[in-house]
Amino acid sequence: MLDANDLECLRGTRRLFAGISFALAPGECLQVHGANGSGKTSLLRILCGLSRPERGTVRWNAEPIDATGDEYRAALAFCGHANALKEDLTSIENLLASAALHGTPAAEDSARAALEAFGILHLEALPVRALSQGQKRRVALARLGLFPRRLWILDEPLAALDASAAQTLAARIDSHLAQGGLAVLTSHQPIELRAPMRSLALS
Amino acid sequence: MSAPSSGAVFRGIIRRDLRLAARRRSEPLFTLGFFVVVASLFPLGLGPEPELLRRIAPGVLWVAALLASMLALGRMFAADYEDGTLEQIALAPSPLVFSVGAKIVAHWLVTGLPLVLVSPLLALQYGLPADVVAHLALSLLIGTPVLSLIGAIAAALTIGVRGAGVLVALLTLPLYVPALVFGAGAVDAKLAGLSAAPNLALLGACLALALLFSPPATATAIRISLE
Amino acid sequence: MTNSVTHWFRYASPQSFYPLAGRMIPLFAALAAILASAGLWIAFFVAPTDAQQGESYRIIFVHVPASWMSMFLYVVMAGWAGLGLAFNTRLSAMMAHAIAPTGAMFAFLSLWTGALWGRPTWGTYWVWDARLTSELVLFFLYLGYMALHAAIDEPRRGDRASAVLALVGVINVPIIYFSVQWWNTLHQGASVSITRAPSMATTMLMGMLVMALAFWMYSIAAALARVRAIMLEREAHMQWTHQLTETAR
Repeated sequence: MLDANDLECLRGTRRLFAGISFALAPGECLQVHGANGSGKTSLLRILCGLSRPERGTVRWNAEPIDATGDEYRAALAFCGHANALKEDLTSIENLLASAALHGTPAAEDSARAALEAFGILHLEALPVRALSQGQKRRVALARLGLFPRRLWILDEPLAALDASAAQTLAARIDSHLAQGGLAVLTSHQPIELRAPMRSLALS
Repeated sequence: MSAPSSGAVFRGIIRRDLRLAARRRSEPLFTLGFFVVVASLFPLGLGPEPELLRRIAPGVLWVAALLASMLALGRMFAADYEDGTLEQIALAPSPLVFSVGAKIVAHWLVTGLPLVLVSPLLALQYGLPADVVAHLALSLLIGTPVLSLIGAIAAALTIGVRGAGVLVALLTLPLYVPALVFGAGAVDAKLAGLSAAPNLALLGACLALALLFSPPATATAIRISLE
Repeated sequence: MTNSVTHWFRYASPQSFYPLAGRMIPLFAALAAILASAGLWIAFFVAPTDAQQGESYRIIFVHVPASWMSMFLYVVMAGWAGLGLAFNTRLSAMMAHAIAPTGAMFAFLSLWTGALWGRPTWGTYWVWDARLTSELVLFFLYLGYMALHAAIDEPRRGDRASAVLALVGVINVPIIYFSVQWWNTLHQGASVSITRAPSMATTMLMGMLVMALAFWMYSIAAALARVRAIMLEREAHMQWTHQLTETAR
């Protein structure tokens, strides 16, 4: 469903990677491995359509993503290094704003349920500024359950998470995959999924 | 779950930005404060002679509004870029042009509209007659959106660039010249007893052109900055 | 048809364009020198003395062509920038950057010669007439383009961002010129106007056209020389730059 063909990425004059190809089917999860600076984040941004590769194409449902644009983005949820949270808004306001931003306004109850799943419902009325790094990360990840998206692209989702939150995330990814979703992620920490994980190494 | 709608994205962005501006009231107040301070400096520099002040008022008030508007440009996209929300906006399932339009509308409501509303008070300080005051407010009402629209392009091009503040000024000031000429010209004409309609019509034409060309240019600039 | 198209695109790679540019520079430099000599000869010896302004008016033979060039080069620069954006070719962006400083220089030259003309003729160095003011704004547009490119570290982003700026500028230039004209007629207090030049005798027009051509040839030579330097700098990691005699260590 998600196909990458001969992707190449240049950063300035350095070639980060070349000839990257893979095909991901529903229910599959791909983990991208590589040393620091090997281009993992760049690859994920190319898959999102935020950057353009020097060479190669990314296809979703056999259509190149440049062509389908909005349709592809309607099926995509991206969680990058940055939490994409507004510090002045509360967690619940952030989730509602995020849902509206993705064109599918959510009800407050769903937002609360999402926060509850990550164990931070009690913090819902605090501005995000007042939360710890780990709590902020949980709010960012809580977005994932809020509106259904076929493809999840996650860049270091486990960063700053403690063991229990890591387990919650793993369980969420598992249920997402079980429902026919796809996931691409990078992680320095080990991540335990029930579903088998495919591996892609950037030299 | 319903299919994503562009209207929801548009409204969502405006609502969010307005809520953020309400939380940090200092930001819109800075712009307003700058406008008032600059407008108050000119009499101090030139002397309080009423005839002189009346003559320079249209130009001075327009330049002050222009500078205040330009200062506010830095905040249009910078905050969203830094916390990662700009990427999420770029990944929304609606054309980036609409999302950009929403951001510009919200920015104008927070920084441009207050200038329009406060301008009559400053105009009274300069001794302008009532009908000229009305025309000043009208010219700013049409003109400040033009400034926001043109400034958005420069703001988007300089996201995350060092020295962005001064650079934005250098990039936007030449492009602001038509709006300044027509806007101040309208008020000047009214002050001289002539009709302000020609200038206002030209200013309106600038607004139409800016509405048409600025959002796509800004969207392209944002994509370039996010690459 | 396809043959000539592929022939053209062969030169779109810096590696093939570098030697071609090198061969063209002396040709255009020579043309510039010849035309400039002819133009200046017309300016100083052929064109008659003006009844009102005496000899000092002869500076228009530099001022007007410089103005024309500064506007023309901006459009050319925007054209290359647009090509670079549309086709994602590195060389187009480099050409745009190579032209910018020359265009800025002509704008600056136009402003200075305008001031030098104003002084003996009307007793003042700067006149806020429509043409000089528009020229000033154009000069700022050039500076903005160069500043934006210089401020962005990543070369690809810098190319594409400054390309967008150049295109926005080129659409705005007619609007800006019109608004400055409008502004000038509104404030008709100014009794002096550099645009109200002495009526053009044919020799004067010829002289200005020859100088304009000379400036054009110079611009091409300067741009080609500059683009070669830019290529060496940007492609420093590529094999072909190491194999040139200029860069041999």
